[in-house]
Formats: sequence, C-alpha cells, structure tokens
Amino acid sequence: MSAELAMLAVAVVTALACALPGTVLVLRRLALVSDAISHAILPGIVLAFFLTHDLNSPLLLIAAAGTGLLTVVLIETVSRSGLVGEDAAIGLVFSALFSLGVILVSRGAKGVHLDVDAVLLGQLALVPFDELVVAGHAVGPKALWSMGVILLANLALVVVAFKELKLAILDAPHAAMLGFSPAVLHYAVMALTSVTAVGAFQAVGSILVVALMVAPPATAYLVSRRFSAMLVASAAFAVTATLAGAAAAFAADVSIAGAMATAAGVQFALVFLLAPRRGLLWQARRRYRQRLEFAGRMLVVHLAHHEGRAEAAVESRPDALHRHLKWSHPFAQRVIRYAAASRLVHVAGPLLELTAEGRRLAHRLIAEGPPRPRV
Amino acid sequence: MLELLRDHTLQVVAAGAGVLGLTAGALGSFAVLRRQSLLGDALSHAALPGIVLAFLLTGSKAPLTLMLGAAAAGWLGTVAVGAVVRRSRLPYDSALGMLLSVFFGFGLVLLTVLAKRPDAAQAGLKTFLFGQAAALLRRDVATMAVLAAITLLLLLAAWKELKLLACDAPFGESLGLAMGRAEALLRVLLVVAIVIGLQTVGVVLMAAMLVAPAVAARQWTGRLGPMVALAGALGAAGGVAGAVLSSMVPRLPTGPTVVLILSVAVATSLVLAPHRGLLWRWLRQRRTRRAPHLDPLLMHLYALSLQHPDDPEHGHRLGVLRTMSPREVDVPAALEALAARGLAQRVGEGLWAPTWLGRREAEKALQREENADVR
Amino acid sequence: MGAAEGDWAMEVEDLTVAYADEPVLWDVDVKVPVGQRMAIVGPNGAGKSTLIKAILGLVPAVAGEVRVFGRPRGRLGGQIAYVPQRSSLAWDFPTDVEDFVTMGTYGQLGWWRRPGQPQREAARRAVQEVGMQEFLTRPIAELSGGQQQRVLLARALVQKAPILVLDEPFQGVDAPTERAIVALLNQLAGEGKTILAVHHDLQTVAEYFDWVALLNIRLIAAGPVAEVFTEDNLRVTFGGRVGVLAGGRAVTGR
Repeated sequence: MSAELAMLAVAVVTALACALPGTVLVLRRLALVSDAISHAILPGIVLAFFLTHDLNSPLLLIAAAGTGLLTVVLIETVSRSGLVGEDAAIGLVFSALFSLGVILVSRGAKGVHLDVDAVLLGQLALVPFDELVVAGHAVGPKALWSMGVILLANLALVVVAFKELKLAILDAPHAAMLGFSPAVLHYAVMALTSVTAVGAFQAVGSILVVALMVAPPATAYLVSRRFSAMLVASAAFAVTATLAGAAAAFAADVSIAGAMATAAGVQFALVFLLAPRRGLLWQARRRYRQRLEFAGRMLVVHLAHHEGRAEAAVESRPDALHRHLKWSHPFAQRVIRYAAASRLVHVAGPLLELTAEGRRLAHRLIAEGPPRPRV
Repeated sequence: MLELLRDHTLQVVAAGAGVLGLTAGALGSFAVLRRQSLLGDALSHAALPGIVLAFLLTGSKAPLTLMLGAAAAGWLGTVAVGAVVRRSRLPYDSALGMLLSVFFGFGLVLLTVLAKRPDAAQAGLKTFLFGQAAALLRRDVATMAVLAAITLLLLLAAWKELKLLACDAPFGESLGLAMGRAEALLRVLLVVAIVIGLQTVGVVLMAAMLVAPAVAARQWTGRLGPMVALAGALGAAGGVAGAVLSSMVPRLPTGPTVVLILSVAVATSLVLAPHRGLLWRWLRQRRTRRAPHLDPLLMHLYALSLQHPDDPEHGHRLGVLRTMSPREVDVPAALEALAARGLAQRVGEGLWAPTWLGRREAEKALQREENADVR
Repeated sequence: MGAAEGDWAMEVEDLTVAYADEPVLWDVDVKVPVGQRMAIVGPNGAGKSTLIKAILGLVPAVAGEVRVFGRPRGRLGGQIAYVPQRSSLAWDFPTDVEDFVTMGTYGQLGWWRRPGQPQREAARRAVQEVGMQEFLTRPIAELSGGQQQRVLLARALVQKAPILVLDEPFQGVDAPTERAIVALLNQLAGEGKTILAVHHDLQTVAEYFDWVALLNIRLIAAGPVAEVFTEDNLRVTFGGRVGVLAGGRAVTGR
C-alpha cells in the first residue's frame, strides 16, 4: 500500500467514523460538546501515556472514553446547579481540564516526550509508516485498523439503536415513557464520541475532529428531511470533503488535516448557497418570483378594497402603491407589469383598474378568509 | 520571593496577564449573560487564518498587524455565523462549531504554506495555541493596555445600551435605542479582547478568560455594575497570580495556570457564595428540615397571637394547641422544646404564648415560604 | 364611549408580515381609539404578538403603514410603552426591581448619561403604583410570576407614554395580581391613556376591555366589544370551535 493511499484510507475511515456520532450531536444541539470533549480528554490521554509511553496504546482509548464521560458529567452537574448556563458550563469544564492536561504535559515525568502538536494536530504523514504486524506480515497502518474498529462500533450503535436514537433526538420524555432510558443512550453516544475523538487524533488531531464531526452533518442537515437520510448524507459529505481536501493537500503540499477541514467548510458553503430548493440562491430566486405573485395578490385586494369608494381615485394611482404597500417605484412598476400581463389589472390612464378576472380573484382572496386558519 | 517580584520579565508578563484578565472579565460578563459564552472560543480559533494571512501579505510580524488580521478574521466569522443561522435551520451551536474548526483548519493550511517560504520563521503554532506569555515585551503590554482602555471606555459609554441588550433587547428597541448597533459594538469589543488575549493565553484558553471571571462574579452580586467590576477584578487578579505562580514553579506554563486559578475561583464561588451558593442552599434546606414538628407548632402559636395584636403575652390554652396539632405530636414536650430555644413562654397554668423571638422566627419562616413558592 | 374620526391613537393600514413567504399577518387594517382599552384576540398562531411587534417596528413588515397620533411612526420615541410577554425575558439577569424599572427611563437619556435621582424617583413611584414597593431591592430572579408581571408593567409606566401596549399581561398570573392590573389599566384609561393588549382569555374580554380586534392572520373584525364580540365573528376567527355561554361569554373548545 503506497504511503499516499494509506493516508487517504485512514483519512476516509476517520471522516466516516466521525460523521456518525456527529450527526446525533448536531441534531441534539451538542455540537460544542464535541469541541469540549476533544479538548478535555487531554489529561486522560496524558496520564495514560505516562503509563504506557505509547500513543497508539488501547489504554489511551479507554482513558479517553473515561475522561470524555467525566467531561459530560461535569458539564451537566455544573449546569444543573442552576447557577451557570449550559454554554458557560461547557467553556468552564473543558478549559479547566485542558489546562490540567497541558500542565501535566509540561511537568510530566522527565524523559517522556509527548508531542502536544501531534495530539492537537494529528500526524497523518507518519501513519503509513506505523504498520500493524500480525504473524510476521505487515497488514496495513495501525491507525487504519483502530479507526476501522471504531467506525464499526459507531455503525453498530447507529444500526442497532436506530429507532431509539431517532426517538431520543426528537422527544426524550416520550422515549422514556416507552421504557428505555434515553440517558443510557446519551452516555453511550458520548463515550463513543470520546473514543472516536482519540482515534481521530492520529489522523487529524483534536481540533479538527470537531470539523469532521460537525461540518459534514451540518451540510447534510441543510438538505435532509429524515434522520436516516441525514446519516447517509453525512457519511457521503464526509467522504467527498476528505477526498477533495486530500487531493488539494497533495497537490499544494499543505497540511492534509487542515485541507480536509477547509474542504468540509467550503462544501457547506456551496450547499448552503447553491443547493436546489434549499440553497440560498435558489431560495432568493424563488422568493423573488413568489414576491411578485404575492404582490400581485396584494395589489388586487388593495384595489378591490378601495374600489367604488371615494378614495378610489387616490388609492388606485401607482404612487399610492409606493406609499401604502411600501413598494419602491421600480418594484411597483414591475408588479403592475406582472399583474397586467396576468390580466388582473388594466392601466386606465393614471389609474389602475381591476379587470373582471382581477376582481374575481380579489373577492375570492377576501372571501376565503384567513390564508391558513390556525386553531 | 520579593526578588522575584522585582524581576522585569515577570512584571511585564504579570501586567499583560492582568490587563487581559481585566478586559476579558468585564466583556465576558456580557457574553455570559447573553448565553454566548462560547462565541469567544469560536472567535479565538477563527482568528488563526487572519493572523497568518496578515503575515503572508505584509511580511510583518508586528503585533498590531497580526492583531488586525485576527480581528478581521474574527469579524468575518461572526458575520458568517449570523448569516447561516438567520437563513437556514441550522442551530447556533453547530454554526459556531463549524466556524471554529473550519477557520482553524484553513489557518493550518496557511501555516504549512508559510512554513515553505524561505523567509518564514514560523512563530510556532504552539504560541498561538497556548500563548507565550513569557515572550511578552513591554511594547506589547503597552499596546494591550491602550486597547483595553479604549475598550473599557466604550463599554462605559454604551453601558445603558449594552445593559438593555443583555437584559431585554426588544424592550430596548421599543425605547428607541439602537440595539443592532449595540450588538455590533459588543462583538467588536469581544474581538478586541480576544486579540489582546491570544498572545498571553492562546486560543484554547481564551474562552475561560471570558467566562470564568463572569461566572464567579455573578455568584456574589445581584447587580450588573458590581458584577462587571468584580469580574474584571477577578480576571486581573487571576492573571497576575497565574503569572507569579508560573514564574515561581519551573515548567509551569502561564496560560493554563491562570485558567486553573480562575477555575478554582469559580468552584469556590459556586459553593461558598451567600444566597446562591451551594453550601448556603444546603444549610438553608437543613435549617428548614430541622425539627419538623416544632415549626408548625410555632406557627400555630403565632397565628393565635395574631388574634390579640394588642396583647402579645396573651396566653393560649394547651388544649387549643393540642387540637391544632396532629395527634402523634407530644405538644407539651414540643412546647418545652420551643421554650428551651427561647421561642415560646409559659404565661400561666396551661397557657402559652410566643416570645418576641418566636414571633420573629415565625415571620421569617412565612417569608421563606413565600420565596420558595416563587420558583 | 364612541371615538370620533381623528381620535385615533394608532392607525394600521395594509400591514403584512411574512416569514419566508408564509404570511403571518395579511393586509391588516385596524384603528386603535384614544383613551380606550382594546384587546387583540385570536387563536394560537394568529399573529397577535406579531401585530404588536410590527406596530412597534420590532419585526419588519413586508407592507403597510403605522401612524401614531396621525403621524407616521418612524423611530419610536416615548409615545408607546411596551410590556413584552413575561416568558420572553431571561429573569436571572442580575438586577433588582428598582434597577429593572429604572431601565424604562433609558430611552430618555443620551449617550454617557446615567440615570440619576429623577429617574430613580420616577421608578420608585411606578413601583409603588403596581404595589411592589416592598420589593425594591429584591433581585428579579426571586420574583413570582405575578410579581414579574407587575414589575414589567412598572417598567412601562415609568415612561409616562400616552399609549401602553401589552402582550398577554394576564398569562399565568395569580388572581390578586390580575385584579390589580385590571384596576390599574382602568385607571390609566380613565386618565386618557390608550391601552392595547393581546389577550388570551375570551371569558374576560367583555369585562376588561372596551374595544376588541379579532385576528387570525387577517383582521376579522374590530370595534366596540358590544358590536364586534359576537358569536358569528368568533366562529370565523376561531374556525368553528367556539361555544358561547349565557351572558355573552365565549369559550373555545380546544
């Protein structure tokens, strides 16, 4: 396996593994908890490292899961006291734990070298050279195997607990009524998030784990209507961001992790702007078309209201539209043209008149009552 | 130790940390009250690409230039987050998480670009991440102080508007005050505070500088002015203490030390503060739970005494008290117990009345009841 | 007491508010008479709060015009005092009752100026008017629902504005507070102030208010209670699930 292919494989598996818990986090408004966890597990990892001296040891994963859970429990305890908002609780807990971690590293056992940069930024470039050796054969980078296992674990959770997850996200009290504990599920997700974060350190480092956990799911959120669809879309967007980022990084010889995060962000921006139906540009176009139609209806109703009454002569003038309906002159002109083209009004000199069809529409709109009755 | 305090470097570092603590504490109060604690964290991370770009474009490593870059990136970030949240269904925390990680990732890419340039002496990502308080120059601190002074002056000038913004922005708008501009001002001030802090404590811990002093201060006071002042003071004290401590103990980095000191301050405040503090709450609960059968008896005595407002020593029959109490209560013994505590007195054969102290205790208990119902 | 043409505190014309093409208020015309107590009623989602906010300029309107005492509203400046919904505030903000009510005077002070003796005096008087003078130094976080509502009212009263606009002032308050607020509103109307309130309880409309506007995205009817608060109008407003009890009191089945 070539070095580049190995790096790519690890990156893709990492991104996939992150996208799954990330989807749940985004939906449950816990996106920043992932940021907190990825910073706060530092002391746990450091302590485990002091014991094993090996950045790839499984003990680190266990320590990470434990510290991650501790973080979540602390955050909840602090915010449940009622004295501190949830957002402040997150900031306080992760900062304290992270500071502890950094101090541990600095003051740590002499002769032990823990490269903080590696933890924070990952070392994808080294990954291909650290292979797993089984029965004398090199079977691929260790990172690929560990990340692969984590991915399978996440997949398993999502598949097995799919219904429960969906329910817990939508309606926690209802879920509790149905007899399973959303709390257990919640902590399971948190534990897996922590483990994923540690595993992902090797590829992208802790700070960018957040990018992988939040950006592809956020992008999926823009275009999905259902939980299952969103999961699939998150995974897909994760892969595309990884491939695009890696390609750019290889070409320009820059940080792969950084490029992946950037690509994920750019991807979000593109979907945000350009997606059919949901994207901003699309919506703007549709809004404009609808605005004209809407305005046309307002015009006929407005004309019908004042028709046949004393003020009709004033109210039916195009400049009355400017004053009453807050339309700029150019827009008013456009509406009049649209309405005339739709045969709803008819320009009679300086005044606007309703056509028979326009009058029918207006009366229908008025008689219909509220456009959307709410009871 | 006195020798230490005269050390020039320490003076500079302590001054820098103190200025940062003061500014961050004061401004952070508003962020915390508006439940935007993590905005500071996101903005800190988002500043990285701005700093690197500033260097790449101008070739200058002058702090002011880099600060402008950081500020520009931070500002751009808030605009982006605002736009995304307003025009899509994406929740605020996910948008912040993306801002934080994507911008930071892009910053990393730029750093690797920088590393390839022949003239680059990469300031070191570690400096940005953790700050390098030890490298602060007098000049830097002077700049920080000037920025801090301007920030605090602006804060004072717009105090009313900022207070309304944090408490009830729509109401402020209804008064005719420009809440939109107040919000923009707050963002700008926040960015300036972050930029001041990046050199000293680095990105990851900036959130704590903004959040911890404010949370601690909130526990001790119920007015905004004192809270902001106290938060500033706590921040400054924490900064100086952290600087001193880290210079006394080898291999103790300044940033994390400051954060840990502030975290301890927060924990202490949460537990010990009067009225809100957990210790007080616990004591109060114990007091009301103590001797449960005594209090109702006192209340009965008090109620009876109210019927004789002109004759506080009017005795009430034991029999009456017996009727008012549940059957299992040993009323004579309970009355003796009340007398032992000075709350009741025997005024005649089988006749009892509350003492002045007892009446006051009863009134206080009633007041507590009323307050307890409040939540 | 009928109001003659020209005696309007506020006039709303063609007001339309839409969020992403969904109309929340559509082509609403309503006139609020001076010195009367007017209620806005309608089902959930009818746009009642939005109407208030649009009149105040707190939400952008797609179309329409608002006139206050005959002149276009423009930037607000002390003509209208606003009492928002109680639930819209974060009550754990660090401030006490006196300070909170004093914030109502901030509109009268310019940059740099701090509230001084006159403002605090005015605040204390307003607090007394709502019967909360014993709570001047109480943190607002420790107030009950009814106390919060009174304090919100005091904050609006301190502005001494001729028009008072309230959003569901009786939602979730205890009976004594409700009575006190009603009495206060009557007194203010007697002094010539104009009251406009979003009201959630159909049972008390006739008792508490002189005029009423029935709203369900579009204005169904508006005018004196006796004329407008009819079974037919209510049926149209609430989409049919309305029962009218003896004595003209209406109740919705929901």
